[in-house]
Amino acid sequence: MTSTTLLLLVFGMGAIAWFFGRLKAAGLRSAASSPKRALHSLPNYHGWYVALWAIIPALLFVTVWNIVSPSLITEAALTSPAAQQLPQEGFARGTILSEARSIAYGNQSNAFNPLSRTMVGPYEEAISYYQTIGALAALLLVFACGAFAWLRIKPDLRARTKIERVTMMALLIASLIAIVTTVGIFLSLVFETARFFSMVSPIDFLFGTEWNPKAVAGPRGETGFGAIPLFWGTVFIGAIIAMIVAIPLGLMSAVYLTQYAPPRFRAWMKPILEVLAGVPTVVYGYFAALTVAPALRDFAVSIGIAGASSESALAAGLVMGIMIIPFVSSMADDSIAAVPSAMRDGSLAMGATKSETIKKVLIPAALPGVVGGVLLAVSRAIGETMIVVMAAGLAANMTANPFSSVTTVTTQIVKLLTGDQEFDSPKTLAAFALGLVLFIVTLLLNLIALRVVKKYREAYE
Amino acid sequence: MTNSKNEMISAGDGSPKMTTRNVNVFYGDKQAINDVSIDVNMDNVTAFIGPSGCGKSTFLRCLNRMNDTIPIAKVTGEITLEGEDIYSPTMDVVQLRARVGMVFQKPNPFPKSIYDNVAYGPRIHGLAAGKDELDNIVETSLQRAGLWGEVKDRLLDSGTALSGGQQQRLCIARAIAVDPEVILMDEPCSALDPIATAKIEELIHEIRGRYAIVIVTHNMQQAARVSQRTAFFHLGTLVEYGETSEIFTNPTETQTRDYITGRYG
Amino acid sequence: MNSPTITDMERRPTEWQGVEMQKRIKRRYASERRFKALGLAAILMSAGFLAFLLIVMMSNGFRGFTQTELPLEIDFPAATGGASASQFEGQNGLANMQSMGLQDIVNNSIEIQYGADGKDLFSSGGWTAVGSEILNNPDMVEQKTIIYLPVDAALDVAYKSDGNEEAEARVEQLGDQLSTGFNWNFLISSDATDPMQVGIWGALKGSLITMFITLLLAFPVGVLAALYLEEYAPKNRITDLIEVSINNLAAVPSIIFGLLGLAVFLNLFGLPRSAALVGGLTLALMTMPVIVISGRNAVKSVPPSIREAALGIGASPLQVVFHHVLPLALPGILTGTIIGMARALGETAPLLMIGMRAFIATPPDGVTAPATVLPVQIFLWSDEVNRGFVEKTSAAIIVLLLFLLTMNALAIYLRNRFETRW
Repeated sequence: MTSTTLLLLVFGMGAIAWFFGRLKAAGLRSAASSPKRALHSLPNYHGWYVALWAIIPALLFVTVWNIVSPSLITEAALTSPAAQQLPQEGFARGTILSEARSIAYGNQSNAFNPLSRTMVGPYEEAISYYQTIGALAALLLVFACGAFAWLRIKPDLRARTKIERVTMMALLIASLIAIVTTVGIFLSLVFETARFFSMVSPIDFLFGTEWNPKAVAGPRGETGFGAIPLFWGTVFIGAIIAMIVAIPLGLMSAVYLTQYAPPRFRAWMKPILEVLAGVPTVVYGYFAALTVAPALRDFAVSIGIAGASSESALAAGLVMGIMIIPFVSSMADDSIAAVPSAMRDGSLAMGATKSETIKKVLIPAALPGVVGGVLLAVSRAIGETMIVVMAAGLAANMTANPFSSVTTVTTQIVKLLTGDQEFDSPKTLAAFALGLVLFIVTLLLNLIALRVVKKYREAYE
Repeated sequence: MTNSKNEMISAGDGSPKMTTRNVNVFYGDKQAINDVSIDVNMDNVTAFIGPSGCGKSTFLRCLNRMNDTIPIAKVTGEITLEGEDIYSPTMDVVQLRARVGMVFQKPNPFPKSIYDNVAYGPRIHGLAAGKDELDNIVETSLQRAGLWGEVKDRLLDSGTALSGGQQQRLCIARAIAVDPEVILMDEPCSALDPIATAKIEELIHEIRGRYAIVIVTHNMQQAARVSQRTAFFHLGTLVEYGETSEIFTNPTETQTRDYITGRYG
Repeated sequence: MNSPTITDMERRPTEWQGVEMQKRIKRRYASERRFKALGLAAILMSAGFLAFLLIVMMSNGFRGFTQTELPLEIDFPAATGGASASQFEGQNGLANMQSMGLQDIVNNSIEIQYGADGKDLFSSGGWTAVGSEILNNPDMVEQKTIIYLPVDAALDVAYKSDGNEEAEARVEQLGDQLSTGFNWNFLISSDATDPMQVGIWGALKGSLITMFITLLLAFPVGVLAALYLEEYAPKNRITDLIEVSINNLAAVPSIIFGLLGLAVFLNLFGLPRSAALVGGLTLALMTMPVIVISGRNAVKSVPPSIREAALGIGASPLQVVFHHVLPLALPGILTGTIIGMARALGETAPLLMIGMRAFIATPPDGVTAPATVLPVQIFLWSDEVNRGFVEKTSAAIIVLLLFLLTMNALAIYLRNRFETRW
């Protein structure tokens, strides 16, 4: 029995439990002399009361069982005679076992390794054994708990209050998932990073200038985990080139749309700008790699710039800047709109032209908001992955030549985790260290930006 | 109703600085000002009074074309400054607003230093030849606004850090700095406490005669204290316009009398 | 008020009509016009980029929906030794087909018609198309039939635009025999090594399954969390922590979620790699904050008077929310959800981390089966050396953009249709 059918069965029995709970409560109600006072809660709530009692313990059990049973299954399979022939060495053994397991689960049809085939039988046996046990136990639990709740239905049972308490718990748990996710991100990054730093010194990592990650150390003990070129590449593309494109275009677009554009023009152009933000990054990446990068290289070659590469910082930065335009423009739009109109009127009443008012009063007044928006945009840009993976290249250069190839933190994370992942090699773990740096930097940028924007909003309230 | 609203009303002594003839203002389909003709005199402070929503602020904003910033507002009739129609296509709005300054209901200093606030107008209009002259203009304007003594040591502090009354005087100084011919004040004291109000009123006395001043207020005592001529507006029409002393002691219209004696408003 | 001692010289009245002043005003107006033009230029440029991107994708992509074909005459009675149509009807049809040695039949026919190296003209997997033709129309095996088969990828590129010299020469030589047909195969098959044989159905199905899981997890959690935070949350440190977490999660780079998925779902929980289940889980964590934030705004915009009215007739706080607030806030929540889902649908980076970049030649048939999604498929094809993949990549992009456009249009429609009316 697969876990899907088991779940369906549990929910089906839950529905039956609901029905019986409701039936009993309705019976109590009609049996009472004054129906309106007979029950504390409506029969519906009694139905839910029984159903929740039936389902929740069983679901908890199924969850726990799904976590526990794989290791039980492996254990059982290993006791089979076929397991005696398996190699003792960890890696080969692991491969065979995982292959046999996926065949037994039906995820894979045939084995590459003949030894795996011999293990399929024992695995299938163990799986069906443990699945049967799990399913029986779960169904028994549904029945037992449902019956217990059903017996407790009495006229004065405060079913509604109990249901509401459970719902409230569900609401709280749903909210707590956000914290759990944040903590999960932080812990998983910190944990793997700590393992990485036990192999590579944090100083070498954060301040080293040579990036050439190898699984094993070189002859002089160098490992090539100096991440400075990556940090530079990230800043160069995300915080410099992209912002040179996005800030003027985004800001001027916002100014034009809020201050000059006729309403109809604004109504059309604003959604069009928003479409720019909705285009998936992989499309931008493809556009950068296919169209922009070759054009830029040809241009660089034609004006004689040395080191022009078909994967260039400029191509990635330019396209990333375009992607960020709507982001900057909507932040600027909000900030300018938040400047009190008295400020604008004050300037216009002095005889300032519109552009003088914008340049000398509105933008300076909106500056904190705009700066906050730009910080958020930078944090967005440095965390962006697909554009740089597809257009910026892999060469860890420390160069300020926009036509040459540079690499970024996100590109390297993708590269390090592509192909074989070995969670005991610094090469794989380095990706998590880079991820942690990225996480912390974007977190700080966001916190600062939000604080700046909040302060600014308060100033005009 | 009197027939006075459609006739030219003599502006008292001296030639009128601004005149308005048969001015109507529409917001979309709604008429906000109905056929108002008024003269504003150089030597006088003119007060516009009336219950809220009577159109006095709207009319004031016509005098320096601030209504242009509202897309649906439409102004008809004739408004002149020194005989020149300010709504004619040849009139330059930027210049007009430099010559007809405005002070708003709520103090609205720019989020810049005190100095930059006052220097803003002279800078954009190029009124000062050099740093010294600009310094001079700033100092003079602040002195005229009665603020110099209080801020001379902290000219580089933000204008928004001042108290409400000081901010409003800063806004007056800012308007004065451009050396306007007319200053429009739109309920300049409504956001201020009585002491700050008294200072502004005193200030209006000080600068009167140098500029033609039009003040909108719904405080009748204030109108009586600061103005020489008073116009009473009701529902977008000009009910009565005359010497302040006349209006407050012996109004011709019963509506005016009712308002002044506090029967409504 | 300290009476001002006006010490200054009397200021000369400004000469507004003076030559200098007039010149200056002209300059100011010129700068005003320049500034305005600059603003217009900025926005037109941004829109221009969008138009350029779309045009590039369209012009490349539309060719991806077509294929170049060559006619091939197959003399079935001779090649099969007299197979009958009934052999390929019904249940045994497929088995009989496989035992017939169709590939050899096709190859022989090619040799007869186009010579010994004729095989190079055709796409290597093209013979399977013959198989499905026969299954659809078994009668054809009893006669000589002409079937149009897709040509080799290099030839396809050369015919549609400009390919390498050799292929161009071939195209010249074949002349009128080449024709263009609609590439149905692109819509119904999956990834392949030959660009003439690839299709997006596998990736599209993977995307749909992944999105389903994302929606299933993110929507209820997001809505419940939004309701809790907006309606019930007490003002305490845990609530603050939840709010900070949600705002923070909404801004975390997507690749970090991929790292989380890799470390937690794959390594810790041992869920299968490349599975839509893990992809959906990871994207759900990413989408949930978006739903919470938009959900809170929607809930906030329900006027308090409605809550008071419901409380006033004795509804419990929970009934107030589930009977009155939630239905009124639902359009707003749905709009936010669609926008969040559109973002998840276009997401690539986190899915690369959890191994959804595998070569998937058959559409996934479950949540744990190896799968890939449209954006990742685009990424994989974009990396292919074979030039035939360029137009396929763009064609896949068109399909992806169509989906996103539809979702966004739906969100805008919902927003306008159910705009709050109080």
